[in-house]
Amino acid sequence: MLELVFLLFVVVAGTGGELCVSRAMKSLGEMHDFRPASLVDFIVRALRVPWMWLGVGMMGLAFFSLLAILSIQEVSFVVPVTALSYTAGAIGAKLFLGERINRQRWIGLALVCVGVTIVWFSKR
Amino acid sequence: MPNRAKRFHLKTAFFILVIVIFAPLGNVLLGKGMKTIGAATNWNLGGLFHVLLQILTSPYIALGIVSLLIFFIAHMLVLTWADYSYVQPASSFSYLSVALLSYLILGEKISVLRCLGIAVICAGVIVVGRTHPKTTGAH
Repeated sequence: MLELVFLLFVVVAGTGGELCVSRAMKSLGEMHDFRPASLVDFIVRALRVPWMWLGVGMMGLAFFSLLAILSIQEVSFVVPVTALSYTAGAIGAKLFLGERINRQRWIGLALVCVGVTIVWFSKR
Repeated sequence: MPNRAKRFHLKTAFFILVIVIFAPLGNVLLGKGMKTIGAATNWNLGGLFHVLLQILTSPYIALGIVSLLIFFIAHMLVLTWADYSYVQPASSFSYLSVALLSYLILGEKISVLRCLGIAVICAGVIVVGRTHPKTTGAH
């Protein structure tokens, strides 16, 4: 039961964080220059985007929830069940980014959920 | 320019490879560290602080975080030019590598049921990835 609560935190906060970070990074544009000075400059610019802070905060919450679930379950169980993030990501993208999800994508997401359910039953 | 397109694909493939290796490796190391520390049994402030202190001083956790940081930076960089809906399915191979690494490094027994579940998850992620990557804006 406890692992279900932590899993929900990992999935919801993790996906929310990724959506925020993705949005922040897109606003900075593609990187071409990988010299250390420009990397530092890029990181400084990234830290000025509020979406980045919100995203990193949510990912931090997801991280500690991941540690909690890892302390009670096997890695080969924990990581696959967090694939539920794909479904959370699709719902988030539909709600917050206005993406349309076609039938094929829904079929893929349903498969992910079936797979997560199967792995869930392999819990020790 | 085909040369430029090829370099673009190679660059993307390299970053995806880094993602697929370092994300599972990080999780395996975190798992090892947390198993050493053990589950939190005392949920008051003092108990949680004690666990937090153990987490912050564990070498496995530190290595795991370094590994995940490498993954995180590669992931952020690839997202500056590639679509999230391309990167996400491409990194689905980490579900296979995490099973392999937890078997090799942690000695976890991977049951047939768990393998089947992981295969179904990968299939699902690939089906998602084969859809058109752009669903917003004019067509």
